[in-house]
Amino acid sequence: MNRTVGWLLLAALAAGPPLALAAGQPFYVDILTRLVCLAAAATSLNLILGHGGMISFGHAAYIGIGAYAVGIPAYYEIYDGWLHILLAVAFSALFALATGAIALRTRGVYFIMITMAFAQMVFFAVVSIEEYGGDDGLVIDIRSEFPLIDLEDGLTLYYACFAVLLGTLYLVHRVARSRFGMVIEGAKGNERRMAALGFAFYRHRLAAYTLAGALCGLSGAMLGNFTNFISPEMMDWTRSGELIFMVVLGGTGALFGPLMGAAAFLLLEELLSGWTIYWQLPFGLLLILVVLFARGGLAGLLEGRRG
Amino acid sequence: MADEPLLRVEDLQKSFGGVAAVDGVSMEVERGEVHAVIGPNGAGKTTLISLLAGELRPDRGRMLFGGRDIARRPAHARARLGFARSFQITSVVPGMRVLDNVMLAVLARDGRSFRFWRPARNDPALIGPAEAALERVGLAGVAGERAGAVSHGEHRQLELAMTLAAEPELLLLDEPMAGMSADESRRMTGILEGLKGEKTMLLVEHDMDVVFALADRISVLVGGRIAASGAPEAVRADEAVRRAYLGDEAA
Ligand SMILES: Nc1ncnc2c1ncn2[C@@H]1O[C@H](COP(=O)(O)OP(=O)(O)OP(=O)(O)O)[C@@H](O)[C@H]1O
Ligand SMILES: [Mg+2]
Repeated sequence: MNRTVGWLLLAALAAGPPLALAAGQPFYVDILTRLVCLAAAATSLNLILGHGGMISFGHAAYIGIGAYAVGIPAYYEIYDGWLHILLAVAFSALFALATGAIALRTRGVYFIMITMAFAQMVFFAVVSIEEYGGDDGLVIDIRSEFPLIDLEDGLTLYYACFAVLLGTLYLVHRVARSRFGMVIEGAKGNERRMAALGFAFYRHRLAAYTLAGALCGLSGAMLGNFTNFISPEMMDWTRSGELIFMVVLGGTGALFGPLMGAAAFLLLEELLSGWTIYWQLPFGLLLILVVLFARGGLAGLLEGRRG
Repeated sequence: MADEPLLRVEDLQKSFGGVAAVDGVSMEVERGEVHAVIGPNGAGKTTLISLLAGELRPDRGRMLFGGRDIARRPAHARARLGFARSFQITSVVPGMRVLDNVMLAVLARDGRSFRFWRPARNDPALIGPAEAALERVGLAGVAGERAGAVSHGEHRQLELAMTLAAEPELLLLDEPMAGMSADESRRMTGILEGLKGEKTMLLVEHDMDVVFALADRISVLVGGRIAASGAPEAVRADEAVRRAYLGDEAA
């Protein structure tokens, strides 16, 4: 059931934008582009949070790193898309590797706090660099350039982001089911037993953390291209919270959970922000309800499971 | 090297806030023997197992496995040397299937866990040995259930299946029959009997029938110290042991 809904969502995302354009509603293409980028980011978070039980509260840092990996070269009039992607993935992976090596030595709330602290360090580092706009952010005047495809075209950009989402979904799906995925899932369930079996799972966790960071960096690069304007605000801790919200709302560890969560998030944001300026309050309540009554999130509800 | 015991412990000591749980224990486990450790509640049996498995660090003492000093190796490294422990209080991965739990034990043994692409759950190299281990303990029927959802007795069997699937040289079994029904306990005793001679075991157990049925050697732990050690008949006859521990049970 939840797989079916997931596939239907993907089909709608594949077919939706041209229809929106044909109906004279380009606005929806924008919304869907943002959705697809955030869903990819949330899916990468699901690898460590859902499958590995690592509650990173700093995942938006990688969105920021990915976006600035496009913005800073563009500031110097370097528009090569492959270079942007290489920088986004490499810097995200490096940052994840370095900070994960420390954070993964802690557990529980300490892990949450330390991942958040590392992300805030990036946030303030970027704020302090006047050259790149500091607080005010940076405008990307020309999007990443690739041979054959032109991201200046809204529909092309959309499908590029969609391809990143599909790739991220497929990769997380494969990794989660592999031997490696079994180890991080086992360590999430029972560290003591895994150690007694002979797993030095710290290394597996660090590898998963690095992979998730790198993947999220890629979606950040796409998001940066889409918004044309990047600022430290993209990696604020509340953004990390939103990614967690999407994963938990959608269903941790379910393949399409983060996609459903991201869709529900953007929908709610759209509806509620038109209704009240305190639109985050109902979000909080909703999250509490999900955690209390529907641990499997939307994907779990579709499976008829309350967990 | 031939007559070096598989495991030799010298003057092992572990205190928790001034209370010595294991207090200068020296003992040996020979290759292929079943060495039972008995003793009253709180005698330090579980603490001893945890020290051997590497979960706890001793305050002092030496532990030699096949002549190698292992005192500084962490739990996962000892497991890879050939230790496998079962837990007195069941410790499995509750969210995964029974079969997955045993497959993890097989994977730990296999060692090639940095494989990111091929699906593990239909990997014959993992499934084959895992199913064999489940068969051996009589759990094949619930292989597909969530490990958190099976009965207490089945949990105990799963503990043993995981321990076996790791193909260890030395099994550290902490009350494998704890909380089992008489039937289940008999079946488990049968399984352990089948392993006798094939595996070296350090067996902590309260049930004296089980101990006397299985053990080649018995050490009695009282207050963290070895009060007596020897062949089952000798230990059964030991006056001090009868008074300290066996009580009317042996009378
Ligand atoms: N982690 C710990 N912290 C503090 N004290 C502990 C700890 N573990 C064990 N102890 C104490 O050490 C002593 C030995 O405990 P242990 O669990 O090793 O006994 P045991 O022989 O396994 O008992 P049982 O037959 O009840 O399983 C007890 O007094 C216990 O309270
Ligand atoms: Mg005990």
